[in-house]
Formats: sequence, structure tokens, C-alpha cells
Amino acid sequence: MFSLLQEAATTAVGQSDGAVVVDDTATSNVVVTGTEGVRPGVGQDVEAVGLPQLDMTTFGNQIFWLIVTLVVLYLVLSRVALPRIAAVLSDRQGAVTGDLMAAEEFKMKAREAEAAYDKALADARTEAQAIVAQNRATIQGQLDAAIAKADAEIAARTAESETRIREIRVSADASAREVARDVTAELVRSFGGQADEATISSALDGRMKGAVQ
Amino acid sequence: MATEATGGGLEFHPMDQFVVRPLFGDGAVAWYTPTNVTLWLALTALAAIALLVMGTRGRAIVPNRAQSVAEMAYGLVYKMIEDIAGKDGLRYFPYVLTLFMFVVFANLLGLVPMAFTVTSHIAVTGVLALAVFFGVTIIGFVKNGAHFLDLFWVRSAPLAVRPILAVIEVISYFVRPLSLSIRLAGNMIAGHAVIKVFAGFAAIAAVAPIAIVAVIGMYAFEVLVAFVQAYVFTILTCVYLKDALHPSH
Repeated sequence: MFSLLQEAATTAVGQSDGAVVVDDTATSNVVVTGTEGVRPGVGQDVEAVGLPQLDMTTFGNQIFWLIVTLVVLYLVLSRVALPRIAAVLSDRQGAVTGDLMAAEEFKMKAREAEAAYDKALADARTEAQAIVAQNRATIQGQLDAAIAKADAEIAARTAESETRIREIRVSADASAREVARDVTAELVRSFGGQADEATISSALDGRMKGAVQ
Repeated sequence: MATEATGGGLEFHPMDQFVVRPLFGDGAVAWYTPTNVTLWLALTALAAIALLVMGTRGRAIVPNRAQSVAEMAYGLVYKMIEDIAGKDGLRYFPYVLTLFMFVVFANLLGLVPMAFTVTSHIAVTGVLALAVFFGVTIIGFVKNGAHFLDLFWVRSAPLAVRPILAVIEVISYFVRPLSLSIRLAGNMIAGHAVIKVFAGFAAIAAVAPIAIVAVIGMYAFEVLVAFVQAYVFTILTCVYLKDALHPSH
């Protein structure tokens, strides 16, 4: 793969060295004229000789700095980053678990509250029914008493009225009898008869019997 | 490949991006010289620290974006070790996560234009792979003693075949660091070099649109490769760790 690339590069540049060694004149030409030749970002003044990866002279440098980097990275990650992330993750786990438990608790409470509410409702209903029944009984008693009292009063009034009506009837009877005697006596006198009080009264009594009830 | 080249302007330097050079001046590269490798190693470490330390600064129960990504990376590697190597593999979680974060950020930062890809160097990936190899071998012998050698003695196979299998197992065991390092470095070198070659073709007006589309396509593919290779490196580390902790087949 790489040898292919190198060949391509070599062909393109027009050098026939058989390696990617570009001589100084070509380099300076490109640098000075700045033509369309693509210059890699790195190595503005350094040309790759073969594979730079195989240049053993730089190995010590790379390995030294790599070990420094790895040690620093390891220390920072293991001392600072990992405990922090682990703490955050366990905190979150705890928070989630706690929230779930709290939710469960609230659910239980809600259920209890519902039961209590239902119970209170039922209690209130029975109590209301009891009060209604009691009131109804009280009112019924009062009503009965009032009806009885009213009945008694009505009976008394009726009796009183009857006596008065009888009295009135008696007095009316007496008055009618007197008027009838007087009229009869006067009639007898005007027809030239002799008004005998006793005769008139007996005749009147006979006629009046049953007339005035 | 480049026969359409008409002028003298077409040049390919696919390998220049891998050259190790000092950051300051033009001197020789001694072991302590700060080089572009040093710079990009430092940026890799800083990027990993930025994500995992700065990103989780809020310690929020409901994470923000950076914290989510950090937790995702943590969870990915944690679950990987737990699933493959088992619970006792979690002792080595910090080191495996360090490896993963290092490789993934080195790969991704290498895709920044003008960047230097540290994981494209066999010296870097070799050290990473050898560290895994020696670490796993030491863990295997410390945890299991001589029973660690059961890894090479396949008891489920017929007795006659076992010696042959043992030879194969031993060879494959010692090839592990080689395959681990060359897989990663090879993927990085190939992808970056191909991008550079396509970019070189963009100098010819006739093929420039194709070349540019190809660069974009390769770049997208390389982003995928950067993740996949980091993942593969880490998952193989976990597999080797599993072998060290539970050597019997």
C-alpha cells in the first residue's frame, strides 16, 4: 500500500529515484512559486524520507513523551475524573431510587387518603340518615301531639257550640211561644172572644209541638 | 495513477505529515526535545482531561452535554470490561479508560487539518501495545501462577492435538502486541496518506471536483475509523485481560 503511494508520488513529481526523496531544487521551486503543488501541513521544510514511522532516531523522543503523557493522563483520570464520575453516577442512581421510593410512598398515602375519604363519606352518610330518622321521629311525635291536642280542642269547641246552639234553640222556642201566645191572645180578643190565658197556652202547646225543633 | 499530470505542479507528499521535528529550531531530535509529537501528545491529554474533568465539573444529576459525553465514555469502557473481563477486571478500569481516551482523542485530533497524528507512529502504538502485553502477562502470572500457562494448553482438545495447539497459541500470544500496534498505526497512516494523495489530485482542474469529494468522503470515513480503532484497541485489551484473569479455556 505504502510503496504504491510512494511510487505514485515519485511518478507524479517526475523524479525517478525510486523513493519519495524530492530533491532540494524541486522543493524550493514549489516553495518559491507556490504553484498548485499541494504541500502537506507539516513538514514545510522537512521532507519525509521513506516512512517517517521507521526512523529509529525519533523513537526515544516519542516513547519518552508518550510515557510522560500517559502517566499524567492516568493520574488525572484515576485521581480526579473517575471518582467524580462514579460519584455522579451513584448519586443519580440514588436519586432515581429515592424518587421511585418516594413516589411509591406517595402512592400509598394517596391510597390511604382515598380509603379514609371513602370511610368518612360512608360515616357521614349513615350519620345523616340517623339524624334524618331521629328528626323524622321527633317531628312525628310533635305532629301526633299537636294533632291530638287539636282534636281535643275541636271536640271541646264542638261540645261548647252544641250547648250554645241548644240554648239558642231553647230561647228561640220560648220567644216564639211567647210571640205566638201574644199574637193568639190578640187575635182572640179582636174576634171578640175572651182571651183565657190557660186555654191559649194549652192550645199553643199542642200546635207548637214539633214545629220548632 | 498520476498519468494525467500535465504540468510540473502535481506533487504528492503523503508522508511528510508524519515527520517528527523539533518544535523550536532545526536541531537534532534528542529524547527530551519538545517536538510536534510532544505538542500533540499534550493536546491529546488535555482534550481527554477537558472532557472528563472539566466536562463533569458541574457534577449535575441531570447532566449537560459535555458531562453526558464523559459519562457515556465512562459507561462504554466500564461496561466493556465488565462484560468481557468480568467484575474482577474492573480493578484495571482506570488504565483501560486512559488507553481508550488517549487513543480516541489522538485519532480524532489527528484529523484536524495540519495536525500530527501520534497514533500513526509505530513507536507510540508499540509502547501502548507492549504495555498492555506486559501488563496482562504479569497480571496473569500474579493472579494464576503457573496455571496461567493453561492458556496455551487447550484441555478441551484431544491430547494428540494439544502440543500443536500449544505452539499455535504461544505464537498467537506473542503476535498480539505486534498486531495491536500495527493495526492502529496502519489504519492511521493509510487513511491520512490516502487523504493527502486525493488532496494532491485536486491540483488538476479536471479531476479536482472528484478529488475534493473523495477527500470529504475519506475524511468522514476516517472519523469513523478513528472511533472504531480506539474501540477495537480497547476491546482487545479487555479480551487479553480476560485471558489473564481466567486463563482456562
